[in-house]
Amino acid sequence: MDKPKIIKLVHGQKGNIIKITSLNLDGVMRRRLLDLGFVSGAMVEVVRKSPLGDPIAFRVSQTTIALRKEESSRIEGELVSNEE
Amino acid sequence: MRLEELYEEAQVLSTSKLRDEIVQHLYERSHQLCHEGISYTKSKRDTRTDKLDAIFTSPIFGFPIMITMLGVLFYLTIAGANIPSSMLAEFFGYLEGYLTSFFTFLHAPDWLHGVLVLGLYRGTTWVISVMLPPMAIFFPSFALLENYGYLPRVAFNMDRLFKRVGAHGKQSLTMAMGFGCNAAAVISTRIIESPRERMLAILTNNFVPCNGRWGTLIVLASLFMAANFTGGLKSLVTTGVIVGIVMFGIVVTFFVSWVLSKTALKGIPTHYTLELPPYRKPKIFDTVIRSSLTKSWSVLIRAVKVAAPAAILTWVFANVFIGDTSILMYVVEFLDPFGKLLGLDGYIMMAFILGLPANEIVLPILLMGYLSTGSLTEVDSLVDLKQIFLNHGWTWLTALNMMLFSLLHYPCGTTLLNIYKETKSKKWTFLAFLIPTIIAILVPLIITQTARMFDLL
Amino acid sequence: MRNEYRIALAGNPNTGKSTLFNALTGLRQHTGNWAGKTVSLAQGSVSFKDKTFQLIDLPGTYSLFSNSTDEEVARNYIVFEKPDVTVVVLDATSLERNLNLALQVLEMTTNVLICINLIDVAEQQGIAINERLLTNRLGVPVIKISARNKKGFPMLLDTIDRIVSGAIECHPAQMTYPDEIEAQLKKIEPKVSEFVGNHLSSRWVALRLLDGDEALLNEINKRLVPEGG
Repeated sequence: MDKPKIIKLVHGQKGNIIKITSLNLDGVMRRRLLDLGFVSGAMVEVVRKSPLGDPIAFRVSQTTIALRKEESSRIEGELVSNEE
Repeated sequence: MRLEELYEEAQVLSTSKLRDEIVQHLYERSHQLCHEGISYTKSKRDTRTDKLDAIFTSPIFGFPIMITMLGVLFYLTIAGANIPSSMLAEFFGYLEGYLTSFFTFLHAPDWLHGVLVLGLYRGTTWVISVMLPPMAIFFPSFALLENYGYLPRVAFNMDRLFKRVGAHGKQSLTMAMGFGCNAAAVISTRIIESPRERMLAILTNNFVPCNGRWGTLIVLASLFMAANFTGGLKSLVTTGVIVGIVMFGIVVTFFVSWVLSKTALKGIPTHYTLELPPYRKPKIFDTVIRSSLTKSWSVLIRAVKVAAPAAILTWVFANVFIGDTSILMYVVEFLDPFGKLLGLDGYIMMAFILGLPANEIVLPILLMGYLSTGSLTEVDSLVDLKQIFLNHGWTWLTALNMMLFSLLHYPCGTTLLNIYKETKSKKWTFLAFLIPTIIAILVPLIITQTARMFDLL
Repeated sequence: MRNEYRIALAGNPNTGKSTLFNALTGLRQHTGNWAGKTVSLAQGSVSFKDKTFQLIDLPGTYSLFSNSTDEEVARNYIVFEKPDVTVVVLDATSLERNLNLALQVLEMTTNVLICINLIDVAEQQGIAINERLLTNRLGVPVIKISARNKKGFPMLLDTIDRIVSGAIECHPAQMTYPDEIEAQLKKIEPKVSEFVGNHLSSRWVALRLLDGDEALLNEINKRLVPEGG
């Protein structure tokens, strides 16, 4: 077993599942993301990119949430698998 | 002990990680409850939403589908509203005959008949016959798209563009709301969490033509832009012109957002989150009934409430003489030079000024203005209508300028009031008035002067 | 005896909360201002047996930590306007995130009814929800409905009726936080209790104070502190 690979959400590929380890944001945006389920330990799946490449849609806590790269580049997690 | 002291004490005890821990715990608890209380009998996921998203947010089809949807929606509204509109107009005209005979029968004084029938009745029935059919088609169709879950995909697709001008992708949702009513859309900007982007959405919402301006745009487009076409083609050309006007409004929105975020609303684009809910087939019947009944009805009531007094006021202005000139003519003559500069005229300027309470009444006021000076022809059909405009020296340029002025000018009274309530700032409310007004003056001015320079008329 | 009760509807966006509101109240709706605020909320009435329920459609929010105007409006209504029952509408297909909001409401107020909507969609997707277990765990009634198909309404209205008449008592389960937070709560909660009395849940206010919620502080000062006090 390899050591878990830490990547930023923004670098995830479609179908990747990432277990969140840290949120490098503050203030209201941090709170907002927490409320939406981006808490550490949560499993996030990369769903799709917008036609213009940004934002990216993620599956978290049974819902689909789109984030811009400004935010998704500040959320890190372990790349768990390509479960499909 | 005061609460503030308690708060201080709490802050001393608290750690910066506290919120994280609280929310994380809430989620752990939710997760645990779900684990205990929910069982999955199929491993099936919602693949339908996935497949539909692959189409609606596709890099290739995403944008074409969006524009097509907008076009189809407008086409349905315009083509579908034609016949009921003229039927309503005919019906009200027919009724007016009886009303007039009734007044004659009562030996009512001329002024009473003037105020009530020629002013109040004609003004309000005009609003109803022009506004009601498109509303009864547009609102339900739009509600269906909304309930189906398509609108958030528009926000998803468009976000990159909004971001480039410093705005929020959800602004496309509030803009969509603006097609119905700018005043309601200003309130709907609450879905945008960050104050800066929200202010952009509020200040530019007006560049989306609301229901009150639909009538004006559709009538002018079909009379002057699609005049040489008949039947289905006419509706198609009208739709094309309207889509063009709407696109122009969107371009102005982007431009103004960009300028504002470089100047008065400087700052980096802040937080952005957007949920893409699953597609859900709406209850078609319920949606249609509800939105046509409640939304159309409430907008209509508002329109009539404002239209009635404005219609009376206009009639009085047109029929109270100081010397041998009516008050209305004084105003018109005063505004005329300025109007002419923009390729409009004094009547049109007056109609827009008196139309501040609600855009719905701009065209009826204009007609009443035109008619009160000439003979009082009945406006039974659009052909008559066009003749009235032509008699006052209209050309395609006048129509284009009026459409652009209508698209770009200051928000209606209700919208301004809502902007004040939402921003709680006189300065921003004033800017919400000033920015569109300046643009609404500049654009027709440039077009008119250019057209004159090149002798396009 | 009074027979009119205020029922607030809370929930995440896209949970069919408005569908439920519309289906229950039909066209008996109006927008009402409350407490002299500029915020207006949709209200509508529904008659059940000898009672009239005034339904208040709160803004759809993901949480109630007052991160936005909408959240503040919803939160203030539940806490300060004290509706007779707060119905939390959840989306059956994404219960995990939806329960997060429900748990927050349970900390704030007592008379809560959890209403799991879109149960038809969930069943199609093979999601089976054990509402009895959830009722036990949460300490308040949990019922399943499908607002689109108008299914489960009699049960919903009957449960509301039994809550307001006292036939059902709600004992919302409180979250237990890590020891560190609980220890801080213990220090501060009694003092909060002295201050807010029976008006608000002192545990919840204490949590918010620890969380640094200044908006709530101002609101409490405005509403509970007597003039000149």
